[in-house]
Amino acid sequence: MLALHGVTVRFGAVRALRGIELVVPTGGTTVLLGGSGSGKSTLLRVALGLVRPEQGSVRFAGAAVDAASAPGLRLRMGYLIQDGGLFPHLDARANVTLMARHLGWDAARTEARVAELAALTHFPADALRRHPAQLSGGQCQRVALMRALLLDPELLLLDEPLAALDPLIRAELQQELREIFRALGKSVLLVTHDLAEAAFFADRIALLREGALVQEGTLGDLLERPADPFVTRFVGAQRGAFGGPA
Amino acid sequence: MTRRRPGAAVAGRAVLALALGFAACSAPPDRALVRIGSKSFTESVVLAEIAAALLRDAGFAVEHRRELGGTRIVWNALRRGEIDVYPEYSGTLEQEVFAAGGVRGLDALRGALGAQGIRLGASLGFEDRYALGMREPVAERLRIRRISDLREHPALRFGFTNEFMQRADGWPSLRARYALPQSDVRGLDHDLAYRALAAGTLDVADLYSTDADIAYYGLRVLEDDLGHFPEYAALLLWRADLEARAPGATSALARLEAAIDAAAMIRLNARVKLDREQEAQVAADFVAARLGIEARATREGRAGRIARAGLDHLGLVVTSLAAAIAVALPLGIFAAKRPRAGAVVLAVVGVLQTIPTLALLVFMIPLLGIGAPPAIAALFLYGLLPIVRNVHAGLHDIPSALRESAEALGLPPARRLWWIELPLASRAILAGVKTSAVINVGTATLGALIGAGGFGQAILTGIRRDDLGLILEGAVPAALLALAVQAAFDLVERWIVPAGLRHEPPR
Repeated sequence: MLALHGVTVRFGAVRALRGIELVVPTGGTTVLLGGSGSGKSTLLRVALGLVRPEQGSVRFAGAAVDAASAPGLRLRMGYLIQDGGLFPHLDARANVTLMARHLGWDAARTEARVAELAALTHFPADALRRHPAQLSGGQCQRVALMRALLLDPELLLLDEPLAALDPLIRAELQQELREIFRALGKSVLLVTHDLAEAAFFADRIALLREGALVQEGTLGDLLERPADPFVTRFVGAQRGAFGGPA
Repeated sequence: MTRRRPGAAVAGRAVLALALGFAACSAPPDRALVRIGSKSFTESVVLAEIAAALLRDAGFAVEHRRELGGTRIVWNALRRGEIDVYPEYSGTLEQEVFAAGGVRGLDALRGALGAQGIRLGASLGFEDRYALGMREPVAERLRIRRISDLREHPALRFGFTNEFMQRADGWPSLRARYALPQSDVRGLDHDLAYRALAAGTLDVADLYSTDADIAYYGLRVLEDDLGHFPEYAALLLWRADLEARAPGATSALARLEAAIDAAAMIRLNARVKLDREQEAQVAADFVAARLGIEARATREGRAGRIARAGLDHLGLVVTSLAAAIAVALPLGIFAAKRPRAGAVVLAVVGVLQTIPTLALLVFMIPLLGIGAPPAIAALFLYGLLPIVRNVHAGLHDIPSALRESAEALGLPPARRLWWIELPLASRAILAGVKTSAVINVGTATLGALIGAGGFGQAILTGIRRDDLGLILEGAVPAALLALAVQAAFDLVERWIVPAGLRHEPPR
């Protein structure tokens, strides 16, 4: 689905990504795990073509992601960020249907798709006319998810989708998200710093540290066959929090 | 209508009387238009109104561009053909316009003017010369009749207009010619000098010999016994091509040859300056009494004047503001999208703002002449900065997460700008436009300095005539217009700024 080969990204003097080799398989959820500054958000932005790698190549569904192809390929990827990235001047519905408007869908098709998505994400229909400032954090993330799913993308890219939510909402939405991923059978690349969240979603985990890929495998691989001492330290520091398989 | 025929005169006048009400707005196309200019002092305005009354009587459409400023502005307007006629003085032509050429005497002037395509027209029959004056009782007590007598009184306090302090025929050469010993000499405004004389804080001031104030304040005009001051014969200048464009105009104006003596001119000035009558009325009464012409002064009530000035003012504001928005919006977008080139744009627009208004207005005259175009151009340039800066700031301050979200969705750049970025910046942009508009309304009052009309005209005339009512007639509507513009933009804001940006966040 998505393949990064030798990707290096530099912001001024800082190397945000160094020689990343990563393949995100079709189907299933891959989690990018790492502390802040490890380069995991940058990796998503590279996949979308928002950030151009200094070295290496990015391929999505067999096509190279570059300046010319990125705008078209973005229509086949859904992207969701921490605070939703909703446009405050548009109401929930207009946020969701922005790309339908751009692509010139007719009203009936748009209407049907919105109803479908609202049902899928358990978003109350009467809240569709509200603006982001009038929605709760959890509702905003549901709207952002609907927006990301509108064009039925092949790949979902989620950057800390639950980080800004309070614990109750977070637990509820976490559950729903996993159900939605499974129901739709989407390929998902999800970024988090939270081992428990990674354990909850991941079919595979890629652990990043200072822009480099440290280890890639299942949660069991990370726990039982750590590639280096950092993996042991990172996992050990958060282990008590989720009480996962020991 | 070309040349007057006696039989058509009565009918012509009736039509004219009907048409006068509309003459200010639009002249019927079949009447030749003659444009008269005047300088920013009472006598010049009155003489121009008298010439206007004569031309209207002869069947011409007349436009009086009043109070255009000093000699240079009006002279250049005549040379460039923006006006056809204006009243001038022989001494001013010799001393200011042809100062370098050593042109002396009417015949020499006629030749020098002819070379520039200007005719020395009617000599009006009076002189308005420089003179020195004192309050009668003081002069009597000190036995001063002639300028030479001042030599015996070195402690006298002199006050002269700033122009007189510097002119070739002014204080420096006067002092040398008469060997005057006084050292307490200061420069001040002409009208203030009269009041200072009356109050006794000044002893001697320079006068224009036809000023009504001389009689009013009881001043003695000192005899120029050494013949220092040149002749200042009042005359009309007109363009050589006037007769071809408006046949009969020059013969109509020629009726003013020797028609006004000094005493008459002083009375005319007095009616305006002291009795606060309108120049047009004073001029109409004069041509009726002296030339038997039944001229109708376009008597305009206060409401009519304010309405006309308001239309002029709005014209300046709306045109210049619309142009400023149309140019500043793309400039601001460019500045936000190309930071390096944008810094240059912001710097240039900022520098424009630092040019003093009067300087910028005068700067525009050689490029665009007098009247509304140079004023609109100057207002346009002033209007740019607040808009460009706010467009730039508004776009620049959009959170990068939102900008990137729009890009990640796959929206192309133009759609991102129109659907996302400009609406998000709309509040800042509108605030910039509002600032620009309110400044524009205020600055537009200065347009009157270069003949653009508007509320500034009343302020300018009011200052000249020392008429507080007239000053307020310009200043109050200008302030109200600024408030109205502000209120109008508050309404526009509700309509333009998206509802989502006006919600207070919950929690």
